[in-house]
Amino acid sequence: MNAAEPLLRVEDLHVEFPTEDGVVHAVDGISYEVARGRTLGIVGESGSGKTVSSLTTLGLTRTQGAHISGRIMFEGRDLVALGEDELRGVRGNDIAMVFQDPLSSLHPFFKVGAQLIEAIRVHQDMNKAKARERAVELLGLVGIPDPSRRVEEFPHEFSGGMRQRAMIAMALANEPKLLIADEPTTALDVTVQAQILALMERLQRELGMAIVIITHDLGVVAEMADDIAVMYAGRIVETASAELLFSSPEHPYTWGLLKSIPMLAGSRDEELVPIPGTPPSLINRPSGCHFHPRCPYAQPDHARIDPQLRGVPDHPAHQAACLLEVDVRRRLWAELRAGRLPEQARETVGLPEPVLEQPEAHA
Amino acid sequence: MSAQPLTPQTPAGRSPGGEPLMQVRNLVKHFPITRGIVIQRKVGAVQAVDGVSFDVNRGETLGIVGETGCGKSTTARVMMRLLEATSGEVLFEGQDITHLKGARLKAIRRDMQMIFQDPYSSLNPRKTVGSIIGQPFAIHGLEKGKGERKRAVQELMETVGLNPEHYNRYPHEFSGGQRQRIGVARALALKPKLLIADEPVSALDVSIQAQVLNLLRDMQRQLGLTLVFIAHDLSVVRHMCDRVAVMYLGRIVEIGPGEALYDFPRHPYTGALLSAVPVADPSARKDERTLLSGDVPSPANPPSACRFHTRCPKAQELCSVEDPPLEDKGTGTRAACHFPLSREEVAEIGVRSSR
Repeated sequence: MNAAEPLLRVEDLHVEFPTEDGVVHAVDGISYEVARGRTLGIVGESGSGKTVSSLTTLGLTRTQGAHISGRIMFEGRDLVALGEDELRGVRGNDIAMVFQDPLSSLHPFFKVGAQLIEAIRVHQDMNKAKARERAVELLGLVGIPDPSRRVEEFPHEFSGGMRQRAMIAMALANEPKLLIADEPTTALDVTVQAQILALMERLQRELGMAIVIITHDLGVVAEMADDIAVMYAGRIVETASAELLFSSPEHPYTWGLLKSIPMLAGSRDEELVPIPGTPPSLINRPSGCHFHPRCPYAQPDHARIDPQLRGVPDHPAHQAACLLEVDVRRRLWAELRAGRLPEQARETVGLPEPVLEQPEAHA
Repeated sequence: MSAQPLTPQTPAGRSPGGEPLMQVRNLVKHFPITRGIVIQRKVGAVQAVDGVSFDVNRGETLGIVGETGCGKSTTARVMMRLLEATSGEVLFEGQDITHLKGARLKAIRRDMQMIFQDPYSSLNPRKTVGSIIGQPFAIHGLEKGKGERKRAVQELMETVGLNPEHYNRYPHEFSGGQRQRIGVARALALKPKLLIADEPVSALDVSIQAQVLNLLRDMQRQLGLTLVFIAHDLSVVRHMCDRVAVMYLGRIVEIGPGEALYDFPRHPYTGALLSAVPVADPSARKDERTLLSGDVPSPANPPSACRFHTRCPKAQELCSVEDPPLEDKGTGTRAACHFPLSREEVAEIGVRSSR
């Protein structure tokens, strides 16, 4: 295999769900890559398609009557084209997933150990006693105290943080090359979240696996990710290295996200600037740039032209799908960064007011 | 115990406190654990809130932070008289409301309102928005005829940024953020003096959170409300609150002005919380952070003396023997700790709100 080939390469992936109300365009032509041992963060709000895209990687949207097109190349094989049997050999073995809610992802009737042993024996030819030893070893690896006793307990006897550790242990059972973590810490308290993130970082160092972490929390991606993709309405609207995305973001939606969270170290007097309106329906998406109805800088032709991801001068790997000129974007961000409100920034830069209807219900 | 004055750098528009609107004294709420079906024997108690005292000053925003099960929501519910206190007192404008009943309790309820976490389950799906927001008028006999009530409700809708024409719509026709606005409008209908918001934004998307936080801040400034803001997100609490109380296993471990508490936390638990918050800035990324080990112990069987001593990196023998009092540590906050953090230790554990 070619050494330069990334571990996972998603090319022009589309996932659509036909429903009674119309076709839901959950994922609409996204492409990204994850190299071995690296971490990609996918950020977006509910309904942006971030979870559907990763479920599709594992073939978990197939049963829901989804129309899937595009390619998901993993170690030279296209997972979209793979048969169910072959895919089962990849899922849980080479690629593993950790879900958001650890309580509903563990079966309440079976002991944690039994569930771990099953995960091991599905993919490895191992007798029960050996698999049990391995289960104890895995629980120890993820930092569960007294693993030989805990392996005999039921999920309800574990705390939230320990259940998530058990889920990670299960995901690691077959030493996957890629771990997909979908909001792995959203249900957890902040001190436990810090423990789980540190655990994932340590395991990545020790086992050399790649991680795709899906979250709505910009703090979590800033801590974890090497590269970040921002999703909006089924598309990637911006992708860059973590440093560039936070220091010089290019897309108005990314600006909106960054300006709408309070900073722990920032000034308390700085006002939060919310993004007006709500995320669009994925059945009737806005025309042109999907973000234009909520964008404070939208121009008349933005409702017509559908922007493509384009590299930013100087940093070809930093891509944004925005119709504004690069220098206009940079001047806007400089203003916003200095604490100016979007309207003020727009005036300073000399951009005409958006002629479009502003979404209702906002003071 | 005295109310702490706000620091001078508090922005204008917030009335400087001093006069408490609500005083909480040695509040205890235990939930009994029973065994048996017909004859229920009490075999223990979940000590959800165990001896909490603090003041809420007029016009301020008091934040209560802590992890799941620390008793922050229970405290709020006892303050609102949605739960009965096991012992202790809650004083509202100097009057003990802990044991009020009937008409006198109802009269007090007009002055304190609550906003809940989940905008989906806290609105009746069978009622129109108009009747949900107008309900408080009916309950308190303030109906002045249909036309006037409609006008009052529509005015409220406009104040919180909802379209008044949506008066006859049902909750399912609104998004999460808009529903939370409906909750705010309902809470403001009777012009309360005290508003308690229990995790008002944690169910909302990032871009919508800021809308609701700004709304609460604007409402507070316009109406001179006193706000108790309960949340687990420390960045949000810092943004919203003048004073902050940190709770751990049913106790307040540290309380004080936000600036002081975030800059120089004295209790090791406050320090650990602040150190654990992920910061949206990759250049501030730390290779190693100090992690608290283990989980929060069960509130049915909390550790002796200082309840944090089982997880505390600074714990010594004294901590498991003698309960530390909540006292002034000379840096702006009061903390319940025998061995409070020093400046060097705060820098070492990487508290990122600290200068």
